[in-house]
Amino acid sequence: MSKTRKISIREAINEALDESLRTDPKVFLLGEDLADPAAGVNAVTRGLATAYGNDRVMNTPISEAAIIGAAIGAAFEGYKPVAEIMIMDFIGIAMDQIVNHAAKARYMSGGRTTCPITIRTSIFAGTGSGGTHSQSLEAWFMHVPGMKVVYPSNPADAKGLLLSAIEDPDPVLFIEASRLYGAKGEVPEGDGIRIPLGKADVKRQGSDVTIISWGLAMMTALAAAEVLASEGIEAEVLDMRTLLPLDMEAVIGSVSRTRRAVIAHNATVVAGPGAEIAAQIATKLFGELNAPVQRVGAKFTPIPSRASEAAVTLSVDDIVRAAKDTMGKQDNA
Amino acid sequence: MSTLTEQLTREQLEQLWKSMCLAERLDTRIRAGIRRGEFATVIWPSRGQEAVSAGAALALREDDRLVTTYRGLHDHVAKGVPLTEIIGEVLGTSTGASRGKGGTMHIADPAHGVMMTTGIVGSGVPVGVGLALAAKKDGSDRVTVVSFGDGATNTGSFHEGVNLAATWKLPVVFLCQNNLYAEMTPVEETMAIDRVADRAKGVGMPGVTVDGNDPVATYNAVKDAVELARAGGGPTLVEAVTFRFEGHYAGDTGHYIPDEQLKRQKALDPMETFPRTLRDAGFTDADIEKIREDAGAEVEAAIKETVKAAPPTTEEITSDVYANGLVVSHE
Repeated sequence: MSKTRKISIREAINEALDESLRTDPKVFLLGEDLADPAAGVNAVTRGLATAYGNDRVMNTPISEAAIIGAAIGAAFEGYKPVAEIMIMDFIGIAMDQIVNHAAKARYMSGGRTTCPITIRTSIFAGTGSGGTHSQSLEAWFMHVPGMKVVYPSNPADAKGLLLSAIEDPDPVLFIEASRLYGAKGEVPEGDGIRIPLGKADVKRQGSDVTIISWGLAMMTALAAAEVLASEGIEAEVLDMRTLLPLDMEAVIGSVSRTRRAVIAHNATVVAGPGAEIAAQIATKLFGELNAPVQRVGAKFTPIPSRASEAAVTLSVDDIVRAAKDTMGKQDNA
Repeated sequence: MSTLTEQLTREQLEQLWKSMCLAERLDTRIRAGIRRGEFATVIWPSRGQEAVSAGAALALREDDRLVTTYRGLHDHVAKGVPLTEIIGEVLGTSTGASRGKGGTMHIADPAHGVMMTTGIVGSGVPVGVGLALAAKKDGSDRVTVVSFGDGATNTGSFHEGVNLAATWKLPVVFLCQNNLYAEMTPVEETMAIDRVADRAKGVGMPGVTVDGNDPVATYNAVKDAVELARAGGGPTLVEAVTFRFEGHYAGDTGHYIPDEQLKRQKALDPMETFPRTLRDAGFTDADIEKIREDAGAEVEAAIKETVKAAPPTTEEITSDVYANGLVVSHE
């Protein structure tokens, strides 16, 4: 095993971008405010323009459709652009480019063109930024054939998954949680660290109930598992890491052992990512489940201002209560 | 009539006319086939706009890139996409450019530089900007032409794309085929300016308006823009004013086009006017008709070869969603 050191998700993503720019001349970055000295509102790209020049780390106008379109065109010519949409709520402006062009290019050309772009974006949930700066919209993209959707929860996964995303021949939406940028964890040293897309990871082992989560909600899920453990319920916590394609083999493997499942995400529950996972569990394990699959997430409202944001979004209590429901125990609180 | 005709060689004039005839025959033949129930498909006719694409393509090299729109059969023909591949895609057979999976609106043929055809108005502009960005990064002097209609210039994608291209001085030519109708709405109802080319001023690039019914004039305008782009001078917006004689799609009668306008435009139909230029340049009526008849025969042969081709297999229909054969399923 290689040596590790503790770094933040922000640093891990910066390292992945640095490795890609250094080792592959076909990689370049484009987006708003990316280049030094500004280096972005999230400071993820700090130092990269200084190291690789403004032709490799390209500042763009506030033009989301043009950012993605330019990435698509360059990808058709063999480049591997990493485009940044600063905050996920802005992605609607680029939706046509992503959904109608990037995702379908290979199919609609019968394989004659291919679109190996990576779109990095950040979810500002939990920052108190309100309805147009806080949404968790991963379900939009899970509905689109041709896309891949990745949403890591820790530094090591972020680095390994981003490197895999950049090298992937298909368009990948790579989601970062703003609240997690400072979260630290052990990351292997050196180049060449890769985590395959489409593989979930067991972040905590348990035998009573499977909590299925990803991204920012993983913090909540792991905290909920600790609360449950203190009450004698051992939860297995599965980090999906990639939402499209979904590692249903891992989900089914875990739930077939625990026979209970709670899906926890920051997106709204209504037609959220959990609906697909729950439906597949129900179809495949109908006769083996000890309880109906539970889904927890945001209430079906826009995200309110800072004072009330927590009231509508996923909490530790939501997960604990849902897990207990599957155990047949009522929360007395 | 262009005063620059004498600058073109006989071969160039012949190429213009041949491209126009192939496009006109193809468009007319497919519509006839739909009308008489020979096959069921859908096209967005480009009848009337043949001179624009013929003129533009003559100014391009084979390795120059083209992004066009759903109303792009004349562009495909002019850029060199084989007829069987175009027709195959229109009819949805596995011999089509995209194995029958793209359809009329989504024809790609990178071997001839056709990188994308889009069914979303305005969306080709940012992608063309990216193709031009790649050329600049490659240190190549190849040029990208993005072809679109007047309606596209009212979209956010157009404005975002042209601004980025002008800011980064990219080697791209924005070719607006102003056919005076955006779907079913006349141009004067959707923009407060008389010339689409004026939109170039707002982003700091040259904008020119040219008679799009004259292939020689269009050729000259696009050639100037291409030369500027190749030399590192950045993008140009070329507005070629033309007319769409058919409805928005095959089956739309175009009832909203006033009779007087149609009559006025018929007199300017490039398929009627360009032969006069050819005669002035020394072509005989027999020469002109021979090219038209050969084009018709070529289209007929390609139709005959394609109609009997099979649609894609189930395996083909579900492939190419992802690379490496990845299949995502809920089962």
